[in-house]
Amino acid sequence: MSLLDSPALAYDAPANPWFSWQFVHDNRDQLLAALREHASLTAEAVLVASLVAIPLAVIAYWYRPLTGPILALSGVLYTIPSLALFAFLAPFIGIGRITVLVGLVLYALMMIVRNALTGLNQVPEDVLDAARGMGYGRFARLLRIELPLALPGILTGVRLATVSTVALTTVGVLVGHGGLGQLIFYGFRANYRAEIATATVAAVVLALLLDLVLLGLGRLVTPWARGSRA
Amino acid sequence: MNEFNQAITWLNDPLNWTNPGGIFDLLRQHLEITALAVLLGCVVALPLGLALGHFGRGGGLVVLVSNLTRAIPTIAVLSIFPLIRAIGIGMTAAVLALAIFAIPPLLANAYTGLREVDPEVREAARGMGLSGWQMLWRVELPLAVPYIAAGFRTAAVQVVATTSLAALAAGGGLGEIISLGFGLGLSVGGGQVLAGGFLIIALALLVEGGLALVQRVVTPRPLRRTFRSRPARLAAADNQ
Repeated sequence: MSLLDSPALAYDAPANPWFSWQFVHDNRDQLLAALREHASLTAEAVLVASLVAIPLAVIAYWYRPLTGPILALSGVLYTIPSLALFAFLAPFIGIGRITVLVGLVLYALMMIVRNALTGLNQVPEDVLDAARGMGYGRFARLLRIELPLALPGILTGVRLATVSTVALTTVGVLVGHGGLGQLIFYGFRANYRAEIATATVAAVVLALLLDLVLLGLGRLVTPWARGSRA
Repeated sequence: MNEFNQAITWLNDPLNWTNPGGIFDLLRQHLEITALAVLLGCVVALPLGLALGHFGRGGGLVVLVSNLTRAIPTIAVLSIFPLIRAIGIGMTAAVLALAIFAIPPLLANAYTGLREVDPEVREAARGMGLSGWQMLWRVELPLAVPYIAAGFRTAAVQVVATTSLAALAAGGGLGEIISLGFGLGLSVGGGQVLAGGFLIIALALLVEGGLALVQRVVTPRPLRRTFRSRPARLAAADNQ
């Protein structure tokens, strides 16, 4: 996979544009397939990460001694480069989609846990006091007061994780499942600019689009926060 | 655990370290790219962040830059720069590409650091007759040092981590070990892949730890207590 020997033959060739409709038209099946893989990897990773991260954040919130270790662990994970993480997973899990997914889930998990925990910790003490006074138990308090109030924080984490995951999925080229990253990599090897540029723009647009969708979803489920945010 | 043993064997072979293009060569290249990229990032981001913070403008721009760079895949930028005719394949392309990812944390922290200066302190400085430059240099900058240091640390750790991806676009660095290992196939190169992962993680943690120490040392003693949290993480909680 050494790229140093990839020929630079198209350097002075006249027809190596940064964008070409012809390329998009001729390769739309591959482009769509890559986009689909990219989007599905992102969606699955963020979904799984959310399902694990939110209970984890609640545990860290309920049992304070666990907060430190959970945050420290996610801090270490944050420092681990994606390439190294995939390099660690591949020999054990094998080469394939699941390896990419596991790596993406780990990074997304860390971002959502941190933000969800921040959100939970920002629930005002007097609100909790009032809930206790009204006879709310631990679970009722969690479901009806703490989680709804922490929702903006949780959603911020999910949005952050989604945008980062879209960008990160490209590193999956290492194990052959990088979605649009695959096209970027092939384009680089073939020294073909349009392929790289098209895939890059598609990835950025996908990230911004998902971010917008989540932003809208967030406004929909937190109607009480709309006034203050505008 | 077969790969694990292979990795240890690979790391124990002195030739893998000292060969031309071996670990030492790649490490030097990795650090060179990182240092240059962070330096370039500082040259661009710090004056801009300080200016924006000093005049209290452009907060939206700072947020926009960090949000936008989060959405751009590193591999894409690393692949685009070498294909720009004026740059070409090699280290320069990697440095320029990675500098882009060093900018957001530096910019955000410089800006936030200056914005967080107590308005009363500013008022007092103005009352003492300090000019705009003097205020920036003698009052705002010293008070913002913890933030700037945190931003530097985040940027450096991020870049040292991301430099490993440069190997996928012929930029060199320690990622080459992993890339070549995958090229051999996992049955043969699995150990090498794992060894490369080890080395990169060790380097990233080392840089993180070392800069945490630096951050502590450069933070003036009275500010150490109050500055426990790491705002940099909020400003740019994302790498690679």
